[in-house]
Amino acid sequence: MRRPSGRVVALVAVVAVVVLGVGAFVVGSWQAQRRAVNEAPTPLSTDLAAVLAGPHILFRNTLPGEQYGLVAAVALDDPAGPRAFTDVACDRLYAAGGTTACLRTVRGVATRYEAELLDENWAGITTWPLPGVPSRVRVSPDGSLIGSTAFVTGHSYAQIGFSTETKIHRLDGTDLGDLESWTFLVDGVPFTSSDRNFWGISFVDDKLFYATAQSLSANTTWIVTGDVPSRTLTTLRAGGECPSVSPDHSRVAYKKVVRVEDAQKVWAYAVLELATGTETLFPVTEGCDDQIEWLDNDTILYGMPRQDEPGTTDIWALDIATPGARPRLLIEGAWSPAVVR
Amino acid sequence: MTTTEEAVGSATGVADLAPAGGIVVPRPDSCEQASSCDETADGDPAAATSGVRRLGPTRPIEEVRAERAARASRVSSVVITLGIVSLLTDISSESVAAVLPLYLTTALGLTTIAYGFVDGLMQGASALVRIAGGWAADRGDHPKWVAFVGYGLSTLTRVGLLFAGGLVAVTALVATDRVGKGLRTSPRDAMIAASSTPRNLGRSFGVHRMLDTVGAAVGPLLAFVVLWAIPDGYHTVFVISFGCAVVGLAVLGLLVPDLRPRRASWVADHQTRPARALPKCKGCTCDAVPGSMPGSVATSRPFSWRFVTEPGLRRLLLTAGALALLTVGDGFVYLVLQSRGGFATQWFPLMYVGTNVVFMVLAVPAGRLADRVGRARVFVGGHALLLGAYVCAGVGGTSAAATLAALGLLGGFYAATDGVLAALVGRMAPVTVRASAIGTAQTVVAVARMASSAAFGVLWYTVGRQPAILSVAVALLLAVPLGWLALRGLDHTAPADAVPPREADRALT
Repeated sequence: MRRPSGRVVALVAVVAVVVLGVGAFVVGSWQAQRRAVNEAPTPLSTDLAAVLAGPHILFRNTLPGEQYGLVAAVALDDPAGPRAFTDVACDRLYAAGGTTACLRTVRGVATRYEAELLDENWAGITTWPLPGVPSRVRVSPDGSLIGSTAFVTGHSYAQIGFSTETKIHRLDGTDLGDLESWTFLVDGVPFTSSDRNFWGISFVDDKLFYATAQSLSANTTWIVTGDVPSRTLTTLRAGGECPSVSPDHSRVAYKKVVRVEDAQKVWAYAVLELATGTETLFPVTEGCDDQIEWLDNDTILYGMPRQDEPGTTDIWALDIATPGARPRLLIEGAWSPAVVR
Repeated sequence: MTTTEEAVGSATGVADLAPAGGIVVPRPDSCEQASSCDETADGDPAAATSGVRRLGPTRPIEEVRAERAARASRVSSVVITLGIVSLLTDISSESVAAVLPLYLTTALGLTTIAYGFVDGLMQGASALVRIAGGWAADRGDHPKWVAFVGYGLSTLTRVGLLFAGGLVAVTALVATDRVGKGLRTSPRDAMIAASSTPRNLGRSFGVHRMLDTVGAAVGPLLAFVVLWAIPDGYHTVFVISFGCAVVGLAVLGLLVPDLRPRRASWVADHQTRPARALPKCKGCTCDAVPGSMPGSVATSRPFSWRFVTEPGLRRLLLTAGALALLTVGDGFVYLVLQSRGGFATQWFPLMYVGTNVVFMVLAVPAGRLADRVGRARVFVGGHALLLGAYVCAGVGGTSAAATLAALGLLGGFYAATDGVLAALVGRMAPVTVRASAIGTAQTVVAVARMASSAAFGVLWYTVGRQPAILSVAVALLLAVPLGWLALRGLDHTAPADAVPPREADRALT
């Protein structure tokens, strides 16, 4: 047996330093994570059934702690008050007509993504797989149709870039097909180029909905209306993404690119009066990137990530009826709101 | 994987082992080990030095020959060490690549459109610097240190990721990482070629690609396990990635010998002291070389880009480029499968794992097959597997079998083409331009594939998914026989060099 050469000794030293250093960091961050979860102030919680009995807002809790990522509810008249937790984890959710739709990342050795429908007792009705990171979900007011959007992501091996898959499912899990397979009319003329992409559904009822359409070859995004029985999408106007129709169906709110900064689009919200076609832009919401939810006919809700705390988000409210109104913090540590009246 | 372990065990002594192949020179300070000028030209220097003692007269000559052949076909420990460097580096880069979309969208709040932009940059940046890396390796005759710079550059970007806060910073880091990858690839492949014999060249590349792909499979799994335990543990993933990259860099720097392929070939061509322009000296060892090595005076064939016009290489580059024009991005194949619903939809995010596993398993067998039946044949034949994958994706139903067959064929395609192309070029190109030639071939293929994916995207949007993939399949059906004809002559030396199967098997056990 020869004496190990200097190079081997050096390598062993490097490996030892790296293993110890990285190991210490991993253990440290794991402990920090445990500590953060354990020491996080338990949010004031309250009885779930009592909150769900009245008008309420359902959302994803993003306060650090044991309940991070779980669906929670607050009373509509006391949104900053105690929250009631379910044991359902979702990345995005929506609820209407007694149906809750939940899109989630199934973490594990191999990460996958799925959609689940839940009934009023939080029991699962059905699930289906998603092709990538969940993006948007909406339920029709009667609870019979579910519109979901997920990014089609694989890996850096998939050299495709941006693509989404948007589908409408019935309550029993049957799907009405990818919107890309529906008839698409641009200004009344069938659009033949197949580089179209659809996302961000908002239902008016179980037949009519709004959505976003995009064609890279036409270099345009449109707000479109969709008709479920005839499986047809018709452009409403150019510009704007992720529409959301107001409870009285008179307005549609959406995000709009206001400028491009460092190759990143900067959006702000705009509200369209459907009767007159007047669009009002709200520059105070600059930097947003969420699908609007309506608190009432004059107030829009949206989630914003906190700049300094990755993973924590807040839900903000903006009064669109009062000129010059500033956004106000509605629910701290929350994401993906659904107002259930 | 007995060979692998065995060789890993001996990898500690790698700096002292002269890899077989007649192109590595004993180090200047090891004069006393060498007793004859012919050793470096022999396939197996170790056997030659100790031959008299070990192989007694009682052993039949056939047995001795078989042993020599088996020894010669065994993969060099340099190749294994380079494979381990790639394994560690791939764990490092693939663990980051796997979580980068999630990190950008959830932690940094970027949109996925922006991510597509980052991804495009990743692909573009690496292709062109490959030629530069090859040129630097040939020019300076220190491929190890060119590769070291490439690995080092990528390692530095891991540190940067811990502090990057916006799209511009992340984009710059991703591009730098890819530049590093481009720089190191051809010098590394030239070192693999320099450490192999004509008999085991395909297998050597197969072993390297297998280890490389193991890293590519372990990386994402490791990253997701970390995120599973620590939900926002992106920085933990980056730190682990950095650690793996540092160890990989250390293994390369400390254990891989500083191969000098040009110098070695010069020495092989100039066997006597007078030929080396050294004064006669009785009793002196013969591995002394003039101090100016590999200066322009001493080197018989100075570096020149003229290699691209040599008929054989030119034919290979053109054929490989033409076939690459019919190779669309894997992502499109996955999307065609996914669009049909069923099994493929459910497992869509994991399809690349399936492809990689098949690549990993088949890399060594494909390399050995290439050594035996001809590398050009296996390379062209690999494109027949690609054709099969497109047909499965294009006409297969929603069944699990069609999806798995498509993924398997795609993995087989990579196993039969990736390392085999490098082996083919490495064997054909003169030593003086080997890294440049390998880099050029890889760049030709990468650029052609990028063009193909862009063109296919247009086709995809105009005629639809299935017709698009089937038309590429038809084009491949015509191109594969033509490619076969075009490269027919390139394997002519292979059968003479090939090791009989039984002996090759013995080397593995």
